[in-house]
This record gives sequence, structure tokens and C-alpha cells, in this order.
Amino acid sequence: MTTPSAIQWFKTREGIYYMLLALLLVVILPLTLDPFRLSMTGKYLTYAFVAIGLVMCWGKAGILSLGQGIFFGLGGYCMAMFLKLEASTPEATAIQSTPGIPDFMDWNQLTELPWFWQPFHSFPFTLLAIIGVPVLLALIIGFTMFTRRVGGVYFSIMTQAVAAILTILIIGQQGYTGGVNGITDLRTLMGWDIRTDEAKMTLYFICVALLFGCLFIARMVQNRKLGRILMAMNAQETRVRFSGYDVAAFKIFVFCLAAAFAGIGGAMFTLIVGFMSPSFVGIVASIEMVIFCALGGRLSILGAVYGALLVNAAKSGLSESFPELWPFAMGALFIGVVMAFPNGLAGLYQSYIQPLEDRLFKGKQAEISSQSSAPISQPSKAEESDGYDSSMDNYSAEKS
Amino acid sequence: MNAAKKKGGDFLLAVEGLTVSFDGFKAVDNLSFYLDPKEIRVIIGPNGAGKTTVLDLICGKTKATSGSIKFAGKELTKLKEHQIVHCGVGRKFQTPSVFEDLTVFENLELSYPKGHSVMGALAFKRDAKVIEAVEEVAATIFLSDALNEPAASLSHGQKQWLEIGMLLIQKPDLLMLDEPVAGMSVAERKKTAELLRVITKNHTVLVVEHDMQFVGDIADRVTVMHQGKILSEGSIDHVKADPKVIEVYLGH
Repeated sequence: MTTPSAIQWFKTREGIYYMLLALLLVVILPLTLDPFRLSMTGKYLTYAFVAIGLVMCWGKAGILSLGQGIFFGLGGYCMAMFLKLEASTPEATAIQSTPGIPDFMDWNQLTELPWFWQPFHSFPFTLLAIIGVPVLLALIIGFTMFTRRVGGVYFSIMTQAVAAILTILIIGQQGYTGGVNGITDLRTLMGWDIRTDEAKMTLYFICVALLFGCLFIARMVQNRKLGRILMAMNAQETRVRFSGYDVAAFKIFVFCLAAAFAGIGGAMFTLIVGFMSPSFVGIVASIEMVIFCALGGRLSILGAVYGALLVNAAKSGLSESFPELWPFAMGALFIGVVMAFPNGLAGLYQSYIQPLEDRLFKGKQAEISSQSSAPISQPSKAEESDGYDSSMDNYSAEKS
Repeated sequence: MNAAKKKGGDFLLAVEGLTVSFDGFKAVDNLSFYLDPKEIRVIIGPNGAGKTTVLDLICGKTKATSGSIKFAGKELTKLKEHQIVHCGVGRKFQTPSVFEDLTVFENLELSYPKGHSVMGALAFKRDAKVIEAVEEVAATIFLSDALNEPAASLSHGQKQWLEIGMLLIQKPDLLMLDEPVAGMSVAERKKTAELLRVITKNHTVLVVEHDMQFVGDIADRVTVMHQGKILSEGSIDHVKADPKVIEVYLGH
């Protein structure tokens, strides 16, 4: 059943959108950009993981987290700890007073590797921790907040507070975390030098593959009944509760899902950029991530990817020539999005470009949908292909 | 008669000594009443009498300060809202609360009593049984032709029916309706009364309503509330003739 419907899916509008993104990321960008720029693009894509999570959490379920940097940072730090331990062999650190521990620990008069660093010698453990640590923290935050029905702006403020606390903790515990400089001078992953152009190219493709993995999971969630419950919860929380659902459990789930995506993004960030520091954890970083999502379109997971790419590209472009202008440009961008097009680029696309497409596309769409003729069997088709279009269209039309 | 039955527990719903106090104000004060299976009970009373609060207390939206609510032998006051729903209590709100962005079909499907856990909702498949149940309910609530329309496009009355349908598909033993005909046109009112008559064949129904004509049409028994307490209880003719009821509610 999967093969024919999978092929059919690629013929649908949604399938074509995904293929266009794949074409851009896998073929066009690698062919046109030099290794440095491609690696920059890879860095931007790591933010797309966070933005996809925010679409699910904020756009669909209405939970605005202003602290996704927490999870991005935790994933990134987990990876950085592993890489740092690998770079701190006794031979490489022979000049330290305690060889074999990370350099910043030595500078801070630590003579022993702290207990929580020990498991990061293991790569499988690190991989587990990249997802597990952010999810665990999200579970704790989510459980304490959502079971007590803390929501809306109060929840957003709490996530900001946690982001601030985590930043202060990391900066304050210099001996254990590398402090404000972060964990730097990362060299190899299991003996593979991650600083070469070739490695950066490979990491870029790994990043793209993982991104499509996350897109696939997010798409599956949004097209299943789970996704409809999330949207229903956003609009009519009480009704969902009195339809027999434990609303808190669903909120915790989507918050943890977003945290897991952010953790993966953070780990890829560390690999691609070669260091991790508290500036990617804090309040400013977290709010920037929300802007990527808002600009791309907070209801569209594909929009979020474009949002992350475009805002970051603009940021690099502008801050290379006018570094002091960027914060203003970003602020203006955010205000512009909120005031003029609240559903972001994806919303603009749906209201202006899709109608044009419809005329070109009509023949093909009709051909596909004619196979399911009865009106009732149509919803079951929605599971496969239609969920994206229909739910999006409704949203962009109704919400303002 | 009630006293003899009280301990036997063959009531579907037994509310005893129910009290809720908001900052010292007792919205519901030491209230007791009993519903027989398949009974249609209407609660009437002036504004602020505590009618909606009683429904809120039964369905768990508001937590009781003291007293007990026993439903089919289970104590509801300690349960969470979704657990009360799983016990078989359905609640319709005064203002229609349907999922506007979803279609009528999806609205009903979401209320179908399967896949209520997170993983269940992820694994939920729209099988023939679900479709059949949705179509059956849609026919009852006069919305067969609107299944694929977004709920936002329905009229006020249709939204009320849809919400009733969302309760019906849960197959509850007790249906609680808060002013089901408020804001409806005369034709819609008639159809709703017809709908309720169908529903009440298989369900116990607790209704809060102001429209005395409508109350007379559907009620087996009527409970009149005033200032959080029961003023009178009995058949419609009984309460209509009760001087206390005339004094505070019906007017002379």
C-alpha cells in the first residue's frame, strides 16, 4: 500500500513542495555555494529544527515558548562535551597541570573531570543525551506548568526565566561549562577531523537529512488525529477537555517534541560551527528563533525552514556590512510580520501565489482526487495528502 | 420516597450536600437532588441561581467545596474532567464551542471515544466503524449534508446541534445541556426539541433552560433553583403552581 501511495504523494502539491525544498538543499545550494557559504547555510538549517518545533508547539498548539534556546543549547552542549573530551587527550593537553581534562577546567583549577562529564566519553550516550536531556527538561517544565494549567503569556515568561537561569548557570560555573566563552577548540568526531572543507560538506548533508527526518515526523503528527487535537486545543481548550482528552498530556507531548527537534539542531550546530557558547542559549537567541518561525509562517513546517534560512542569510548579509543595524532590522521585521502578515511567508504564499498555481494545477489535482469520489472517503485521503493543504487554507483564511 | 431510595443507589446521579463557595459567596449551597436513569430533568431559576455552576460541578469544571456527586456508583468530585467524561458524562456549553477550523466530520471524529491518549491519537485510524458512527450521529443532528464543511461556516443553531452531536458520539449515559435553545430561531427551536426527544429515549438528560414553553415540552421533572438552593421540585405543573416559584421566578 505504501509504494503506490508514496509515489502518488510526490505528485500532489504538498509532495512537490517537499521535493522543491530537497532540490534546493541537496542540489542547488551545494552546487552554487563555496564550502564556507554552504557551511553557513548548514548553520542556518540547524535553526530550522527549532523553527519546526515552534510551528508544532506555537503555531499548532498555541504554546509560545520563548525559551527554545534552552533545548538548542542543551543539545549543543551535549555534543560539545563529547567533542571536547575527545580533543582533551592526555597527550594533547600535556602542558596542563592536570593533563587529560578540558583546558578550561585546568585554567579554573579543577584537577578532576566532574562526574556529569564522565558519561560523555561514550558516543552512544552522547547521542541519547542530545535528545534525552532536552526532552527531560521539557518534560519537567511541561509537567509543572501544564498540569497546573499555566498557559499563555505566563508560560512564555516562565520559559524566558528558565532560559535566563540556564545562561547564568553556564556562565557562572566556568570550571564546569567553559563559562561565557563556551566550549571551544573542538577538533574531531570519533577521529574524523570536522574542520576540513570535506567534513563541513558531509556535515551539511547530514544536517539536511536529519532536517527531512524531523519534517517527516512533524508532518506525520500534524496529519494524524493528534495534529487536529493540537489545533482544536489551541482554539477550544475546554471543549477538548470535555471531549475526554487530558489536555496537559498533549501539551507536554508537543513541548517535548519541539525540545527534541531543538536538541538535534543544537548538536548539529556544534558540529558545523565547531563550538558552543551560552549566547545560543539565552533570551535573545530564543526570541530570534521565534522570529524565524514567525517570518516563515507559524503554521507551516516548510515555511519555518525557509524562515530560518532567509532571516539568517539576511542577518549575515546585513551584519557583515552594517553590524549595528541588524537588531533594528530584526525588530522591524518582526513588527512587520505581526502587523502585516501574521501567517508569515507561508501565509503570503497561500493567499497570493497559490491561487495562480491553482489555475495551472487544476487538471492534475482533479485527476488525483477523482480516484476517491465519495465525499466521506475523502477525509481518509486527507490523512495521506490533503491534510496540509486543507488545514493551511482554512487557517490562513480564518485567522488574522 | 427519596429517603428510602437514597441509600440503595439505583439512581444514575446522586448529588448530596453539594456546596461551592467563591471567596465566601456560596454559589451552590448544600444542594441535593437525584436523577433516575432515562429521566429528563430541567433546572430552571432566575439569573445567578447557580444553575450553570451545578453543571460545572458535575462535569468537574469547578471543584466542589464540600458534598458528594455519585454517578453510577462512582464519586466524581475527586476526578479530573477527562476522567469524568470517560465515566459517561457529557457536557454541552451555553455558547456553542465547536472546533471552527475543523470540518463537521473532524469535529465529530475528535469526539469519538477512541484514541484519547497521546499515542492513541497518533495511531488513530479513520476506519469504517468511525465513519459509520460519524454518519449516524450526523443524521441525528441534521448535518449529514454538511460533513465536509468547516464548522465555522455553520449557523448558530447548527453549531449547537454539532456540539450536541459531539456529545452523542461519546455515547454518554448522562447528557448535560446548558441552554440548548438559547439564541435559536423558532424553527430551530422546534427541531431541537425534536432532537432532544430522540436523544432522551436512550439517555439521561440534565438541562438548564429558561424557555418555559420548551421546558414544558421536554421535562419529566423540574428543579427550581434560587440563590444556590432548591426552591421547588416536581412536575412542570407542580412547580408552575408553587407560590414560591411564582414569587421569585415566574412572576405574577
